[in-house]
Amino acid sequence: MPPTVDTGDTAWMLIATALVLLMTPALGLFYSGLVRAKNTLNTFMMCVAAIAVATVTWALVGYSLAFDGTGDLIGGLGYVGLQGVTFAPNPDYGTTIPHLLFFAFQGTFCILTVALVSGAVVERMRFSAFLLFAALWSILVYAVLAHWGFGGGWLFERGTLDFAGGIAVEMASGFSALAAALVVGARKDYGRQALLPHNAIYVLMGAGLLWFGWFGFNGGSGFGTGQNSVLAFTNTLLTPACSLLTWFVLDAVRGRRVTAIGAATAIIVGCVLITPAGGFISPGWAMALGAAGAIPCWMLIDFRPRTRVDETLDVLAAHGLAGLTGILFVGFFANEGWNGIADGLIYGNAAQLGHQVLAVLAVPTYAFVVTFLLLKGINLILPLRATEQEEALGMDIVQHGEEAYITGEGALLITPDGDGEKEKEPAGV
Amino acid sequence: MKLVIGIVRPEKVNDVLEALYRAEVRGASISRVQGHGGELDRVETYRGTTVKMGLSDKMRFEVAVSEAFVEPTIEALCSGARTGEVGDGKIFVVPLERVVRIRTGETDDSAVTPVGA
Repeated sequence: MPPTVDTGDTAWMLIATALVLLMTPALGLFYSGLVRAKNTLNTFMMCVAAIAVATVTWALVGYSLAFDGTGDLIGGLGYVGLQGVTFAPNPDYGTTIPHLLFFAFQGTFCILTVALVSGAVVERMRFSAFLLFAALWSILVYAVLAHWGFGGGWLFERGTLDFAGGIAVEMASGFSALAAALVVGARKDYGRQALLPHNAIYVLMGAGLLWFGWFGFNGGSGFGTGQNSVLAFTNTLLTPACSLLTWFVLDAVRGRRVTAIGAATAIIVGCVLITPAGGFISPGWAMALGAAGAIPCWMLIDFRPRTRVDETLDVLAAHGLAGLTGILFVGFFANEGWNGIADGLIYGNAAQLGHQVLAVLAVPTYAFVVTFLLLKGINLILPLRATEQEEALGMDIVQHGEEAYITGEGALLITPDGDGEKEKEPAGV
Repeated sequence: MKLVIGIVRPEKVNDVLEALYRAEVRGASISRVQGHGGELDRVETYRGTTVKMGLSDKMRFEVAVSEAFVEPTIEALCSGARTGEVGDGKIFVVPLERVVRIRTGETDDSAVTPVGA
């Protein structure tokens, strides 16, 4: 029987796609709150740029390389330029929704992942170099790892379980971020001055909107309204809540106070933890995952600023390590009674843990190495870094000719006619 | 007694504070100011509106010192704030008529001398 479109599944997936797209501006808000005021717009714009660049690369080649065929390492070119991507469902994935919608849903994942990596290089990477990086990374790293994890690649075929992107999204972005931080190098003031978040409210709002969007991200990764989707959706509520509580305790033990920016981070960590496991583990184990999985991430976030590695917004801890933890957790606690696919180690299927370990070894290695070489290569054509003076002035003015917090005092209008500016009273902006 | 006023780049504030500390100059007030010196104007565009930003953000240090500390303070401000580019700022030294420490009522030199010095 040829696959047919289910209206209920399609309706939910349309909404889920929009929810996931919202996560990228939400990430922009989260990231821009964490940087200094003079880099607000540039930080946000890296996320906006991801939408622009990754959507196009995804439509042109990325989707095809990820989801066409069952090549071990990379997909085919059958869907290049969206040929054959129409209203009829894809015969292999999302078989009850239009192929076009499946493409769009997956595209929003690619966008978000590219945006995530920017967290490692904010406040110093040149915008033009980032655009080129985003385009190439979305193909060379994201599309390849999406193929491995979701699209018929070797991990997928072996039975590695990754519900919504612990491989292609979380581990890929986290370990690429580490490589990017090493290649681009630390900010000039890193380790010498306190480089503090300039707006904690942005950070909290961004985290809240990310969580909201994550219901589409995890809840949509069953490609319909089936039981796995419902399970993943509910687990997306449970796990981050437990991570929050763990974070409260750890913050309180360390500094005797519960912190707001810590809480915002905990929300992200919890959402990432449940991403690979969403539709595979019971709600009880999802809560345990949130509570226990937050601990290593908290420790890495606490430790990283003491190193010389300026992985600025801790993508490695919040995404790489949390995603890795979630992938491994599936190997132990997957439950066929809940997911209908496979059991984990504690339910008697040790082989599943083996499949998960394989992903944990291979994916970070691939993401790190390729990102490292890619940025080294780009640096030969386009300098990755702004100069020290530009860094001091702030990337908003230098890269975009705008400021986030502008009073308009002392601003003189430049009239389009004539050969220069007309002295006028300060212009409102 | 002199009031040493230093207008410096915001990103050099930490360096200046460190230099003042090393020069054993204690006590300074800092405020955020906007001003215009010899720097090139920045051109910014917001949708169709292009503007020349005539004012730059600066930080203003005010340090009240006794005569012996005037030169060390000036040197500290210069060494901390200098980048060599246009826009590093200026230092103004003005005479001070009277200083009163509010807590104790001490005046003049003893009022600008740090507690315990």
